[in-house]
Amino acid sequence: MKKILVKGKAKGKILKSSKPINFLGTVDKKTSIINDEHHDLFKKSLKDTILVFPYGIGSSVGAYTIYSIKSNNSAPLAMICEKVDLTVATGCALANIPLVTVSKEEFSSLENGKNILLDTESSNPITFLE
Amino acid sequence: MELTREEESALKGEQGEIMQMAYRILVATGEATDAEKLIPIEWAHLSGVNYNTIGDAGEEFLSSISKGAKVKVKTSLNPMGFDIDSVSKYNLDDNFISKQLSIKQSYEQMGVIPSFSCIPYEIFDIPQGGTQVSFAESNAAIHANSFDNLKTNKESAFSALASALTGKSPFSSLRKEESSKLTIRMKIENPSELTYGMLGFFAGKVGDESVNISGIGKMDTRSCKSLCGGMGTSGTCAKFNFNENDAESETIDFDEKEMNEVYDQLNTSEKGDLITLGSPQLGLEEISDLAVRLKGRSFKKRCMIFCPRAVKEQATKLGHTEKLKGAGCEILSDCCTCLTPLIRKDEVDAVTTNSIKGAYYLKNSNGVDVNLKSLSEIIEDETK
Repeated sequence: MKKILVKGKAKGKILKSSKPINFLGTVDKKTSIINDEHHDLFKKSLKDTILVFPYGIGSSVGAYTIYSIKSNNSAPLAMICEKVDLTVATGCALANIPLVTVSKEEFSSLENGKNILLDTESSNPITFLE
Repeated sequence: MELTREEESALKGEQGEIMQMAYRILVATGEATDAEKLIPIEWAHLSGVNYNTIGDAGEEFLSSISKGAKVKVKTSLNPMGFDIDSVSKYNLDDNFISKQLSIKQSYEQMGVIPSFSCIPYEIFDIPQGGTQVSFAESNAAIHANSFDNLKTNKESAFSALASALTGKSPFSSLRKEESSKLTIRMKIENPSELTYGMLGFFAGKVGDESVNISGIGKMDTRSCKSLCGGMGTSGTCAKFNFNENDAESETIDFDEKEMNEVYDQLNTSEKGDLITLGSPQLGLEEISDLAVRLKGRSFKKRCMIFCPRAVKEQATKLGHTEKLKGAGCEILSDCCTCLTPLIRKDEVDAVTTNSIKGAYYLKNSNGVDVNLKSLSEIIEDETK
């Protein structure tokens, strides 16, 4: 793990994207369904997932979208990125969603559909579950 | 990042949910920018005011936190979407007006000064040199660092709000003393404020955190603001240094070729249907100067002038607003050319302005074309 941006603990199934996410433009603020047909998560909901994606893009106002999906009970349980960006960092901070960044190798090992436990206070923050 | 015991306690929620959220924002921002600690700040300036930009999600968020949040330091505020005095003349829908008023009320409830201005450096007293502040408005952050001897990073709406609520900011990037990695040699002779805006836009594109400029003459207030507005529009840079000899940094030129590239990117029309002045908003000095230059003249088309309410009140006392109205100007306070909902593409094809910042947002946000001219050219061509 590279950085802990927002502390916390979460257990769930990975939803992984190889593409950056623009929260302001492409995530529905009520349902958290991705509505950009060019995105590899098109029509998927982020609700209750461990969302793994490279980084966020687009306006910093996208942080409010992250806060909105949390208020509407459709937010991810945690987010794991490869690079830090301030929009996702502040959005997760507003919404109290655990957020960490990981190395390229760790990012590759986080495969779609796998169950993991993320605990930022643990010496081994990411554990793969059976 | 190292936190004090009190900061740790706030982060754990022992000082309430709002403080916990504010510290989460500071820690996330601090970790993202490799800060080693938090430091006190004396003044926060917030963005995220215009309903046009923050939308329903922002309005709901502010309404929710304003019930329990109070700012700890002096906190000023960016422009909103309209001037309350004249909003009825501009065909805004009721939803926009009520949401904007809700945002205004939320900020006031938190103890924020309702300045609705992007030029806090012209309407408030400047603290003593070296003071740490937290400015989210890009042109204001750049002006504070480059001309007012203050220290701030280019804050986000959220980090500045967190700083207002806690009185602290992450100690990173421009808050420390660091020299620029890049020097731009200004090669254009007899520059107007429009030229400085284009130089700023170019600097923001090629620079990283700060840029050194050499070969620059004495700039007036209008040119300084134009330089800062241009830089804030195009990148992440938030400081100019003005050293003639900086052997340490890489050097590039800003000459006709570079200037024309910026001009061709932002100038998309040969003429405009209306004129806007003020992005950044005009200060008292610019308004006074304009009143003198417009003596005996009047605009041939609509001319909208944007300034802070405090400036408009002073200008009215001095008799300037009467003169400007006589020359055909509409004077608006509390709002700005930048991201205004008052200029719409179904009503206007193109706007003439001397503002690089205004040009960028008129094209990209409002979808109208832009005709760029210096103020002198505007007065020459557009008045009789």
